[in-house]
Amino acid sequence: MSIVQKIGQTVMKKAAELAPDAWLPGGKPDPLIEHRPALIGAPESRLDGPQKVRGEARFAAEYALDGMVYAALFYSNVPKGRIASIDTSAAEASPGVVLVMTHRNAPPMKPMPLFMTQPKATGGNDLPIFQDDEIHWNGQPIALVLAQTQEQADYASSLILATYLAEPSVTSLSAAKAKGTTPGLFQGEPLKLEIGDAEAALLAAPHRVDSVYRTPRHNHNAIELHAATVFWSDDELTVHDASQGVAHTAWSIAQVFDLKEEQVHVKSPFVGGGFGGKTLWAHQILAAAASKLAGLPVRLVLSREGVYRVVGGRTTTEQRVALGAQSDGTFDALIHTGFVAMTAHNALPEPFILPARCTYAAGSFKLDVEVATVDMLANTFMRAPGESVGSFALESAVDELAEQIGIDPIELRIRNEPEKDPTTGRPHSSRNLVEAYRSGAEKFGWGERNSAPRSRQEGEWLVGMGCATATYPYHRMPGGAARMTLSKDGRVHVEIAAHEMGMGTSTAQTQVIAARLGLPMDHVTFAYGESSMPGMVLAGGSQQTASIGSTIIAANRALVTELLKLTSHDSPLHGLDPDDVIGRDGGLCKIDEPERFESYATLLGRTETGELTVEASAPPPLEAQHWSMHSFGAMFCEVRVNSVTGEVRISRFLGSFDCGRIINAKTAASQFQGGIIMGIGLALMEETQFDERNGRIMNPSLAEYHVPVHMDVPEIDILWTDIPDPHAPMGARGVGEIGITGTAAAIANAIYNACGKRVRDLPITLDKLID
Amino acid sequence: MPQTLSINGTDVPLPDDPRVSLLDLLRDHLQLAGVKKGCNQGACGACTVLLDGKERILSCMALAVQYEGRKVTSIEGLAANGTLHPLQQAFIDHDGFQCGYCTPGQICSSIGMVEELRRGVPSHVTDDLSAETIAFSREEIQERMSGNLCRCGAYNGIIAAISETHAKAVR
Repeated sequence: MSIVQKIGQTVMKKAAELAPDAWLPGGKPDPLIEHRPALIGAPESRLDGPQKVRGEARFAAEYALDGMVYAALFYSNVPKGRIASIDTSAAEASPGVVLVMTHRNAPPMKPMPLFMTQPKATGGNDLPIFQDDEIHWNGQPIALVLAQTQEQADYASSLILATYLAEPSVTSLSAAKAKGTTPGLFQGEPLKLEIGDAEAALLAAPHRVDSVYRTPRHNHNAIELHAATVFWSDDELTVHDASQGVAHTAWSIAQVFDLKEEQVHVKSPFVGGGFGGKTLWAHQILAAAASKLAGLPVRLVLSREGVYRVVGGRTTTEQRVALGAQSDGTFDALIHTGFVAMTAHNALPEPFILPARCTYAAGSFKLDVEVATVDMLANTFMRAPGESVGSFALESAVDELAEQIGIDPIELRIRNEPEKDPTTGRPHSSRNLVEAYRSGAEKFGWGERNSAPRSRQEGEWLVGMGCATATYPYHRMPGGAARMTLSKDGRVHVEIAAHEMGMGTSTAQTQVIAARLGLPMDHVTFAYGESSMPGMVLAGGSQQTASIGSTIIAANRALVTELLKLTSHDSPLHGLDPDDVIGRDGGLCKIDEPERFESYATLLGRTETGELTVEASAPPPLEAQHWSMHSFGAMFCEVRVNSVTGEVRISRFLGSFDCGRIINAKTAASQFQGGIIMGIGLALMEETQFDERNGRIMNPSLAEYHVPVHMDVPEIDILWTDIPDPHAPMGARGVGEIGITGTAAAIANAIYNACGKRVRDLPITLDKLID
Repeated sequence: MPQTLSINGTDVPLPDDPRVSLLDLLRDHLQLAGVKKGCNQGACGACTVLLDGKERILSCMALAVQYEGRKVTSIEGLAANGTLHPLQQAFIDHDGFQCGYCTPGQICSSIGMVEELRRGVPSHVTDDLSAETIAFSREEIQERMSGNLCRCGAYNGIIAAISETHAKAVR
């Protein structure tokens, strides 16, 4: 970023902070909040449900193209160095093989534009791909085989022989720390904050806790393997991808191949789970390069091992949390500092201090994320980057402090509720965490908890309860745009380059569009998942609903403006401003005089074509720089710890959320539950294990990387306040990621309550609980 | 006579290449892409299909040539004349999926699982190992469905869908 850009950004930020409320997006509440049509919040079943249960939803690896060949990859087994030799002759001679591609014959390509360096950049790293003989991580792909069948490609890749000139490498957090650290930068700002003298306040406080918490690397493990089915026609490239950012991916691939953005078509109508992992990594680039070289369509499906070798996951963290408090529980000092591993080729220092920035009032703060650089596969975004692992440490520490003071952990949290954002000073847009705790505690039966550990035993099982706060911010990224066509038969078609990877995007958005226009749901079609459509809408940061919602507000306003121009003098709507009317019963009416109504059929009957198309863009997302906009949740867990084996079973779990208004009760509940289940994995079993001597991931499989299964998951109770955020589109703040936050701490706290063992290193496997 | 196996009621020749898994035969050769590949090593259950209408197998761990003359049902073969199988409808009603990728495997697996209960095949959580049939319980379903991973975490909805379908079938 240039100095001018930086100054511009700072000025904009300051202006957004100081601007009068009414000038900002969300300054005037979305009319859907007050009018609340019945569709908003309705538990509609997924519109794509029939396709999915019939197996008719087509994923990236499921497009069969004429003449298509299959790819297999060959990976390095040293972490750093050079390829000394690579013998591909046996592979080339193997039956069915049409191409073996290495750095010696790959077409010229630029590195992928690295995520967050430009608006549409979505590359997981910015390393050269098959352009030289350098090795940057253990498992880097260094050869690709194309063959007539997958079996032939897989076999041929096993015949490749490579030797390496290995160089010294850093492949453990401790070794990396020893070489020195640098301050983490996130979204252009240092992950560093000091308010007052927190270390001095800690020492002076009558109560204090001060511990180190550790979390390992994690992998997303979406069940759909990463895949790309690609073909070139002349200079145009089509990629059937599994993508959380179709527009971003098209632009980024275009940079790699020196094409115009419009020459790359990325299509991704269904994504088999994303969680941050379905972005641009080397496999799409390699498939496109090989297809170009061979002149044939290519399908590249990463093996499960391949996903672990090629696609980064969450990095490891080592976090210190220290809290100093008065006897009444009020915090004098909140210290959350520590280290994350990262590579020199990516830019996500897992920002674990984010919960500490917004959750509690404190007399002083010291927050800091330091980066230690390793020679490994680049890490990346994984569900609630920062908050997931940061809330584990912070919320464990709060529980430890509560016990020391002798105060109920919910009460301790309530006593430290901030009146405004504790570190930015901005007013809250809507914050109802205390209400979430009250309703959650009542439903869960928190009052029956005995705060003394080991006080409840059933046979050989020790039973305990724990709670923790969940938190995730409201995000709305710039670039939302949509095309909307309304026809006189009262049907509307909306196109936006958005994504469906399980959130129920099209269902929820169809509800919102129908509600906003006053149409039945079956008169709305919502098209998404292609880069040629308008908008830059990342399925990340739990922001799709807000981004699309804000875009639809803009498009609807453009549409209404045009419709009102069509009113004649005798029209009941004549002379009204777009702000005066709302959509209802297949037409527009004046908000405060609903009898002043005209149907879309009548309005559009005045056009020649009988339809109207508008394109509109969402306003810049300044609301989040003016208000402190965060969702919160109160997580409650009951665990059973086996006193003989140390086995942990989660017997009950409840999440009580304050995420603004809920759009679809059915799909939102599933998002919350799904997040909590990934949090159960984070707490109890998930770990990407690697050999600290050489950085090789040792458990690249679903047999050895354990994710929660049916048997690990109890019925999960979900509550929400449903209190709309007056400054968010539809009053909704997003629900995709918050479920994984707070969960691990609630479980760790429950385990402590059950058996008296405080485990600060995730995952809490049974070996850590046996005496 | 060519050697065949039956897929959803249609006879299909065995592949020439004996390395072709039943999964790849279905998915790549026959374009029955409702059968999913999630790990290709028997760890995730996404590729589950039914053998002779009732036995669930992992098609990634099976060579197609092993199943000469056998009847294989994939997700595409469950909806009769366009009408959803009751379990498919229950998965929609109870939101037993998010992304939909593991869904065909979950559905096929749960049909095979119920057959195992009927046949009296005990599981780790079965108390009476000699019972003729195994009683249907939440714990039995959870244990027996644990080979079908759902990373989106729609487990509660899946159990609800299976339970409701089973309760209706028993009635």
